[in-house]
Amino acid sequence: MTATETAAAGSVDDLTPTLQVEHLEVTHRVRGQDRRALRDVSFQIGRRESYGLVGESGSGKSTVALALTRYLPRNGRVSGGRISINGQDPLAMDAAALRELRARTVSMVYQEPGKALNPSIRVGRQVAEVYEVAGFDGSAAQDKAEAMLRTVQISDPGRVMGLYPHQISGGMAQRVVIAMALAAEPSLLILDEPTTALDATVEAEVLDLVAALREDFGASVLFISHNLAVIAKMCDRVGVLYAGELLEEGPAEQVFQEPRHPYTVGLLRCIPRRGQRKDAGRLDTIPGFLPPPGHTLPGCVFAPRCPIAEERCREARPPAFPVGPARSSRCYFHDAASDLPTNAPPDIQLPATRDAAEPVVTLQHLSKTFTHGGESVRALVGVNLSLERGETLGLVGESGSGKTTLARALLGLIAPDEGSVVDLDGSALAAQARRRPREQLKALQIVFQNPDSALNRRHTVRRLISRPLSRLAGLSGARLQERLMDLVRSVRLEERHLSLRPSQLSGGLKQRVAIARAFGGGPRIVVCDEPTSALDVSVQAAILNLLADLQAKEQVTYMFISHDLGVVRYLSDRIAVLYLGKIMELGPAETVFAGPHHPYTEALLSAVPSIDGQRAERIRLQGEIPSAADPPSGCVFHTRCPRRLPTGVCETSDPPLAEVAPGHLMSCHIPIDQLTILQRTEQDGD
Amino acid sequence: MTDVVAAPAAEVTVARGRGALPAWRLLLRRPTFIVGAAILLFWVVCAVFGHLVAPQDPLAQSLLATNKGPSAAHWFGTDQLGRDVFSRVLVGARSILVIAFFATLLGTVAGTALGLAMGYLGGVIDIVGGRLVEAVLALPLVIVAFLFIVAVGPSTLTVIIVIGLVFTPLIARTVRSAVLVERQQDYLASARLLGENRSYIMFIEVLPNVLPVVLVEFTVRLGYAIFAIASLSFLGFGVQPPTPDWGADISVNYGVLPAGYWWMTLFPALAIASLVVAINLVTDSIEQVIAS
Repeated sequence: MTATETAAAGSVDDLTPTLQVEHLEVTHRVRGQDRRALRDVSFQIGRRESYGLVGESGSGKSTVALALTRYLPRNGRVSGGRISINGQDPLAMDAAALRELRARTVSMVYQEPGKALNPSIRVGRQVAEVYEVAGFDGSAAQDKAEAMLRTVQISDPGRVMGLYPHQISGGMAQRVVIAMALAAEPSLLILDEPTTALDATVEAEVLDLVAALREDFGASVLFISHNLAVIAKMCDRVGVLYAGELLEEGPAEQVFQEPRHPYTVGLLRCIPRRGQRKDAGRLDTIPGFLPPPGHTLPGCVFAPRCPIAEERCREARPPAFPVGPARSSRCYFHDAASDLPTNAPPDIQLPATRDAAEPVVTLQHLSKTFTHGGESVRALVGVNLSLERGETLGLVGESGSGKTTLARALLGLIAPDEGSVVDLDGSALAAQARRRPREQLKALQIVFQNPDSALNRRHTVRRLISRPLSRLAGLSGARLQERLMDLVRSVRLEERHLSLRPSQLSGGLKQRVAIARAFGGGPRIVVCDEPTSALDVSVQAAILNLLADLQAKEQVTYMFISHDLGVVRYLSDRIAVLYLGKIMELGPAETVFAGPHHPYTEALLSAVPSIDGQRAERIRLQGEIPSAADPPSGCVFHTRCPRRLPTGVCETSDPPLAEVAPGHLMSCHIPIDQLTILQRTEQDGD
Repeated sequence: MTDVVAAPAAEVTVARGRGALPAWRLLLRRPTFIVGAAILLFWVVCAVFGHLVAPQDPLAQSLLATNKGPSAAHWFGTDQLGRDVFSRVLVGARSILVIAFFATLLGTVAGTALGLAMGYLGGVIDIVGGRLVEAVLALPLVIVAFLFIVAVGPSTLTVIIVIGLVFTPLIARTVRSAVLVERQQDYLASARLLGENRSYIMFIEVLPNVLPVVLVEFTVRLGYAIFAIASLSFLGFGVQPPTPDWGADISVNYGVLPAGYWWMTLFPALAIASLVVAINLVTDSIEQVIAS
């Protein structure tokens, strides 16, 4: 198509960007005062281009999306700037034109697919409705809907159309939502954290789908995410948002490889990279906090936290300096940004040699069966594990694999089945925490995923941290106060935080309080159940460093549960991979990651996008984890295993967890040599 | 210029959440609360100072001035015995408010304890409590109270106990469902790992978190209590004459309503209505502040 032809096609041609945002400013009116949520945000998305907007919570990512379609909450308004979608200005539209824009030109996909679908209307009906709005009659719309569901790789669309949203899985629901979004053939598709609520394996599938569909449909994409790796994988261009301002933007690859703004540099350094481990290569952190909403900083918004900020950064706001073709950075020192001084704590000395045979806790034949309305669900099936002093055991697997059940059974929060044995220092623990004596309670503690739920919101920080000191450590009076201050300092809280309640603290500080509470009694083992997944990356780095420090100091053992393999790898000495309540693979962290791995481990690793885009994406899992109420026969993984043997042995017999190398156990029928060959060939082929 | 930014990053560590203003300040910003609280306060003053506020003796009969309509001397007129209706309405606030307050307090305390036990301990307590709630729900409140009073004999204490006991299962049900929500929270698991016993967990960990629900339930029930007490008095089972009482006064005087003596009935009725509306306004604002 030549330029003249496109120009003749009308105003909407290949040269007009799909979206142009110029100097956008959004304010929210809160308690009679205007708070600026976005300031001077400018970017554009060309035809068929995919633009990523990345930022931490509170940066204003979603506000951008809401402003584009005029879905801002009632107290929000666009107080400056210009938006143009296909040359049209949504800000100037009347109700009818706006409806038309939302129906045909712009589609949105949100984080929670469950909330985007009407629970009382069948899936097929909801998809068909989009076509009916577009002017198709009943049966044609049904046919179109079925074809669309097939396009989003739903293998049995006829059946799925007859189901209600609660009958389909989260990944399937997100496909349906994407189908509905694409049904209108929009010019702009806005995806707001579309995979954040999904498992990594499902996320990978959905991302692949979006990437493939983008080619077919030719829509421009605005992709909003807090996950830098997802943005790196999905987007051509990227904009880094911080406190409502676009600090840096440019081609995704260049921005992530050669960031030119101190904030981007800092953010990238917070993420554990391959090969980075807790004992060497501490994570960098960004000190300080996001400025409060409605701040009136006259200079650069990042200056209060920037290690290279000078007087002028605080006095005048830097303009967007062009730092390359189609790249800009709002920093006076964009040339020096990449040499940002690091803020990582000094390396720690881990105990050089751990005595190999010093298990603190041993789990034998640990099983847990839940009964739901006469149906029994086997959440854990005969798990054998031991945890050694001072080590970190990483526990990975999709949701529903039994990670949390394992942790809760260890802690005594749920009673395991008869015959399960949990030993602490060789003596059996009571099944229920209630029946355990103080010494045993003291030994096992937990840091939960969500500090809002884990900290009693009516208690002060002082009470929360003092309680284990008096209950478990048996301290009182001046000795309690002394230990309290020690503890507060060691988790890097300050004395003034003691009188506050959790709601007055930020997410990272709350998690520090939870960590202080777990360490209060002097535990031997601390279970960390996704301790950083509710936190922003810069906060996550600080918490991971803290956990590593505390471990080195207190010689405590961690059972570390996380869906983020990068984080698990950073902190763990050994890794256990769980699937449907069984251990699939167990071994030293580096061995498990380096391979040869169990096909399930391999699939988990393939599912994770990485910022540098280096990792070969070899295999994909189809579908989702089967129900534990009706586990597959033979090897529980055979229904989804991409390397299933043609002999049929996988379907009929359950492979034992056997040692394939010293300390490395695997439950697979495929001999290790063959796995090595299989996995290496494909790696070379990439 | 620089002093604006010079604040070190550590100074902003405290997240400025919604809880910036204390709850009572938020309440005072609501017109509905102001209006409701003002009316309620008026009646509380009347109840406390009763005879001091009333322009005339509410018990003083004047057989020369019976059935007089509202006038400058008797703002709300006089009743069949020539007593000043205005004074009787003002002083009548005492009995109803005292009984309603203590009855609701009794019901709230007992109901909260039962609800905590049902929600947290579960098992047999929950099953038995649940049936109890259903049984009470199936019976009309006033009839239950009526039967009880007939059996025990009317007195202020009886009315308080009866209404309190009738409220107990209703409040228990609401508290129970709030406790069930709290039970899902991880802080209870943490408490168990610290070896806390059940009563500590129930009263120190869970109770403070369900107190907002208890507060709302208290005010809602207070409104119902006013109604119930007025109804019992109307039926002759509440405060006994000649003590001024709204329900009893309506009961005594509604017979002469067809004769055109409307003021003896209307003003006590308006008093009941204003009190119930005031309590509902306060309840609504408290609920909204808690929800926001």
